[in-house]
Amino acid sequence: MINLYPLKEFKFPIITECMNPDVFQGKTREEIDGLKIWEGNKQKRLGDLFRVEEVKKENQLEKTTITIRGDVNKLRRIGSCMKSGEMRIHGDAGMHLGEEMEGGKITVRGNVGGWAGSMMKGGTIEIHGNASDYLGAPYRGISRGMRGGKIIVYGNVGNEAGAYMRKGIIKIYGSAGQFVGLRMRNGTIYVQKDSEGRAGACMTGGKIVVGGFLESVLPTFTIDSVKKKVKIEEGDVIEGPFYLFLGDLTENGKGKLYVLKEKNPHLSHYERLL
Amino acid sequence: MELLIKNGFVYDPINGVNGEKMDITVKDGKIVESVDERKAKKIDASGMTVMPGGVDIHCHIAGSEVNTGRLLRPEDHFKDFERKTLITRSGVGHSIPSTFTTGYRYARMGYTTIMNPSMPPLEAKHTHEELNDTPMVDKATYPLLGDWWFVLEYLKEGKIKECAKYVAWMITSTKGYAIKLVNPGGLEAWGFGHNVNSLDDQVPYFGVTPREIIRGLCKVNTLLNLPHTIHVHTNNLGKPGNYLTALDTMKCVEDLAAENEPVIHITHCQFSAFKGSDWRTMESGAEEIARYVNNHSHATLDMGQVIFTDTTTMTADGPFQYTLHELSGNKWVNHDVETETSSGIVPFRYRRKSYVHAIQWSIGLELALLIRDLWKIFMTTDHPNGGPFTSYPRIIAWLMSRKAREATLKKINPRARSRSLLPSIDRELSFYELAIMTRAGQAKALGLKSKGHLGIGADADIAVYNVNPETTDPSRKYKTVRKAFKKAAYTIKGGEIVARNGEILRHVEGATMWLDVQVSNPIEITDEMKRRFREYWTVEYENYPVTENYLEVSHPITVKADV
Repeated sequence: MINLYPLKEFKFPIITECMNPDVFQGKTREEIDGLKIWEGNKQKRLGDLFRVEEVKKENQLEKTTITIRGDVNKLRRIGSCMKSGEMRIHGDAGMHLGEEMEGGKITVRGNVGGWAGSMMKGGTIEIHGNASDYLGAPYRGISRGMRGGKIIVYGNVGNEAGAYMRKGIIKIYGSAGQFVGLRMRNGTIYVQKDSEGRAGACMTGGKIVVGGFLESVLPTFTIDSVKKKVKIEEGDVIEGPFYLFLGDLTENGKGKLYVLKEKNPHLSHYERLL
Repeated sequence: MELLIKNGFVYDPINGVNGEKMDITVKDGKIVESVDERKAKKIDASGMTVMPGGVDIHCHIAGSEVNTGRLLRPEDHFKDFERKTLITRSGVGHSIPSTFTTGYRYARMGYTTIMNPSMPPLEAKHTHEELNDTPMVDKATYPLLGDWWFVLEYLKEGKIKECAKYVAWMITSTKGYAIKLVNPGGLEAWGFGHNVNSLDDQVPYFGVTPREIIRGLCKVNTLLNLPHTIHVHTNNLGKPGNYLTALDTMKCVEDLAAENEPVIHITHCQFSAFKGSDWRTMESGAEEIARYVNNHSHATLDMGQVIFTDTTTMTADGPFQYTLHELSGNKWVNHDVETETSSGIVPFRYRRKSYVHAIQWSIGLELALLIRDLWKIFMTTDHPNGGPFTSYPRIIAWLMSRKAREATLKKINPRARSRSLLPSIDRELSFYELAIMTRAGQAKALGLKSKGHLGIGADADIAVYNVNPETTDPSRKYKTVRKAFKKAAYTIKGGEIVARNGEILRHVEGATMWLDVQVSNPIEITDEMKRRFREYWTVEYENYPVTENYLEVSHPITVKADV
């Protein structure tokens, strides 16, 4: 197990592609100290910015766990491309957390910046605070979003969560901004509280479940039926009843948008169309 | 500065030098007979291959189209970036690198002259601004003239000489180098929501046919004595069965050729060599095209090789790009350039496992290997349409080694593999033949007198590659060859060492070559013409031409026309 303590309050963005359990695996403390890292436009050693503390593992086969204690909201790409192991962050994390990660687990006990879990393929990200915009969404211009794995956010998230999603699960226990599941193709997004609107714009498949208030459903969605309950994943079923809308018809989509009936009485006029 | 390149194996096909061990001497940016050995800077090239600097006849590197492609594709940049050094600037881009990076990457591969093949005349200023910012290489650009309203109007009336005067005016005022035709007639028809499907379809409103446009501009090209032939992107490009159109295009100017001189260049021919009636039955038409080219001497081609990678397609062929967007479902840009042309951009990924893409890959190589005379076929990827130019070393390996081809054949779509002609082709190019395809032939086709060879008086653009032709058998050791051509041991531009083993040593500005076409009585800029400008264009006549001081390093080539 490796503990990292920031030596100062960072002013400039730090690109931390090396901060990844797969890179740390099997390295001594000195080797970790010497890893190259960019702070702003200057290349530094990891040891210049962090105090590295190594806690001996009892079992040598155990995967590396990295714990960062302190505010690291200037750190970008923490755990990017990680395949195994675990990262724990006690504080806020910066943008692109767990970008393209394939396995392992990241836990953040704080807030995270934009693009958390961007283009991830596997593994789990757990965020105990809020997440900013583009949760699980791909980098600008790419049309292949999240392809697997699971993101759980206990706070609120910004706009365009799960954009271009292809597979996997995003669970948001707070509320979400606009355009949840923009252009998603498959996978599941669950928003326990409110969503600001335009949910599922241009979606062609997949499932979005809104358990709170949704101001309006896009006109390109049609009502299909009222469902008693919705399954989010194995062992997680949410009791309804839910309005089920299908869309987005601008894209000939067959996505499913579930909206809780109880919290959305203003959508009751759709029942006439059933 | 004097320079002495000692003991290299020199390949200089224009002067017939085939792998002779000799010294090359350079003084003041030119190749000279001898230099003072004590004063000259020496490069020990023993055990290395020395060739003239590479020439690329067709690569989209600058202009509004390329720049829009950059804007459209942030995802193309974020994984491929270069940090700035003390000498070079920073840059990004895999398939559409930023201008400076384009220059550096070409220089690293030993290329020194590149041609930007499609410039809408209206966007000439933008194109030249980007070319000014493309260092390390000499460059030129071809204005798109095949669908220009003035050309269509004069060809409709059959006034070839009048048309020639306007073309001369246009080439000189846009600082262009050759006449480029893209889907002749089709782009104007696209403005009306149509396309042309054969050489004899009429263009709406103008009533001319693609055949008349190609023949007309071919005659204009001869009248103006331009150094390059007309540079044609055929009709029906990218459609199964289009090899017949490509053959028709070459046939339609057969009678205009004099003394075995080429009169037409069919560019990125791979995209025009599809046989079959639809995508499922698509096959290679390379054999038919190669047979025709082998029996005629009036046409040259370039490959337009496909590389299995993620790239960006961009052409002035608006209708084709629209079809490609419909096929792939990718994001797209389409644009109508006023009276001149259209354009389109679609990101595209060529996949090994796709039948069509694998056949396309095969067609490019088949064309190069089946055409006997390599002075007629040149190596390009139609950057970035078939793949980025940085993949040239891979194509070199495929051309020089059957083993390299087989290694890739193993990985492609099995149906495409069974239909490919490649397993039946044993031909493997030698270093000499490669030098023809990548520099000498291209320079000759472009009419560049001082490029593409190492004779006395030629520009000192030299590439030295770290591969020993005596001990390395490219057929077996294709990986060594590929590596050598990826990073030239030395790239010399204008007598200066600009790159060594992939490292840029010096930032030099390349010249922009353009034609100063002198006609005996040039067109008068009448009020009538200005009125047409006001009516047809969004730009007034006064703001239209590119003046010479717009070019950072201007290199005019004077051409005396017959009109």
